[in-house]
Amino acid sequence: METISNSKTKVISNSAVPIKELNPQFLESTENKKHLIDYLLGVADNYLILGQRLGELCGHGPNLEPDIALTNISLDMLGQVRSFYQYIAQLKGDKTTEDDIAFLRKEREYKNVLLVEQPNTDFGYVIVRQFFFDVYNKMFLGALQQSADETLRALAFKGIKEASYHERFSGDWLKRLGDGTEESKTRVQQAVNDLWIYTDELFHTTQADDAMIAAGVAPDMLQLKEYYYEKVGDLLSVATLDIPEVEYFQKGGKEGLHSEHMGYILADMQYMQRTYPDSKW
Amino acid sequence: MIQDYIIPQDLQNILESVKDPEIPVLNVVDLGVIREVIVEGKEITIKLTPTYSGCPAMDVIGDDLERAFAAHGYSTTIQLIMSPPWTTDWITERGRKALEEYGIAAPLEETADKDVLLNDKRLVKCTNCGSQNTKLVSQFGSTACKAMFQCEDCLEPFDYFKCLK
Repeated sequence: METISNSKTKVISNSAVPIKELNPQFLESTENKKHLIDYLLGVADNYLILGQRLGELCGHGPNLEPDIALTNISLDMLGQVRSFYQYIAQLKGDKTTEDDIAFLRKEREYKNVLLVEQPNTDFGYVIVRQFFFDVYNKMFLGALQQSADETLRALAFKGIKEASYHERFSGDWLKRLGDGTEESKTRVQQAVNDLWIYTDELFHTTQADDAMIAAGVAPDMLQLKEYYYEKVGDLLSVATLDIPEVEYFQKGGKEGLHSEHMGYILADMQYMQRTYPDSKW
Repeated sequence: MIQDYIIPQDLQNILESVKDPEIPVLNVVDLGVIREVIVEGKEITIKLTPTYSGCPAMDVIGDDLERAFAAHGYSTTIQLIMSPPWTTDWITERGRKALEEYGIAAPLEETADKDVLLNDKRLVKCTNCGSQNTKLVSQFGSTACKAMFQCEDCLEPFDYFKCLK
């Protein structure tokens, strides 16, 4: 089951703006194709690494319900990433498989943002990391529904349904922890303070991103940045939490420059494929 | 429900013999994942819409379809169709009934679904006693498609199939 249908898709547009269809010759250019693949990795690697991080919590959640919820969200993320990697494999047109893309790259070749690789320090961190990502992800998938690329439109329509559930879950917990006990408030505020510096990178664009924005394949997320901070800020204030004041934001993941956590994630995730190459379930 | 195929009854029977591995009372036709079936002699192409992106049941369903048709001498190609995305509206009436009898409350319509998942209203009927005095235990359940509920009258815990639209 490796195929993503490229034909017979029906797309329902949310906005009145007509979708600009991609010129069929677009992908005949090697450069365009390379940019598209790099762009897709930048999107998809976030799902893989966050899915892996959440997967670590399986059996370790604070109690049964969030444990199940977080691993459900992990499963959605891994499901989404498969679709993106399958599309990349299809674009590459060689023998590359989705598994090769997931398991056989080196650290510098992963293009996820630094936010998603931050550790599961405590439940507060898990929720704040998730919330910061979910708000972005839902906005991103909404905008991606207008992509000039048919496959990406389909994935966006599919993904946003799940992303809405995720955002509701992490948002609810943020309110509960922020407006909870003194202990929960202190700890979740600490998580907000520590993770805030990673939010700006969500809106950072690489050369490949810029090329895809120009081609109408990628949404220009910079235009939604203000709205993102407004939305996050509103919920933080409902949760009686303070918005940190920082002057410097961290970035680098999208260019392949990761924090020290990344190596450990990959060591854990890639162990089986590296030890027993081509092993299958 | 988008179903774009007409196939002989014996093939339809083979299709309906394949169940969702997590919900064995629900066959793939009633689950609403079969989009199109193309029969060319002994070769069959089945176009399938996945329910949730990461649902492990999808791979199993694909394998089970191949196996079921192979038993009747057909070779099968499975194609995943991502758009339009699957919705719980595609679960058939027969499927909804099978779910209820199995102890899983069938999805409500969108607004009602939101109300129950935020625990604002009590609309999900207990699959054990039929009471509507039920409360949300967790938005996420044993599989991606379900939430956990409990009846406050008979105290039975049960799954609710979330509305996906």
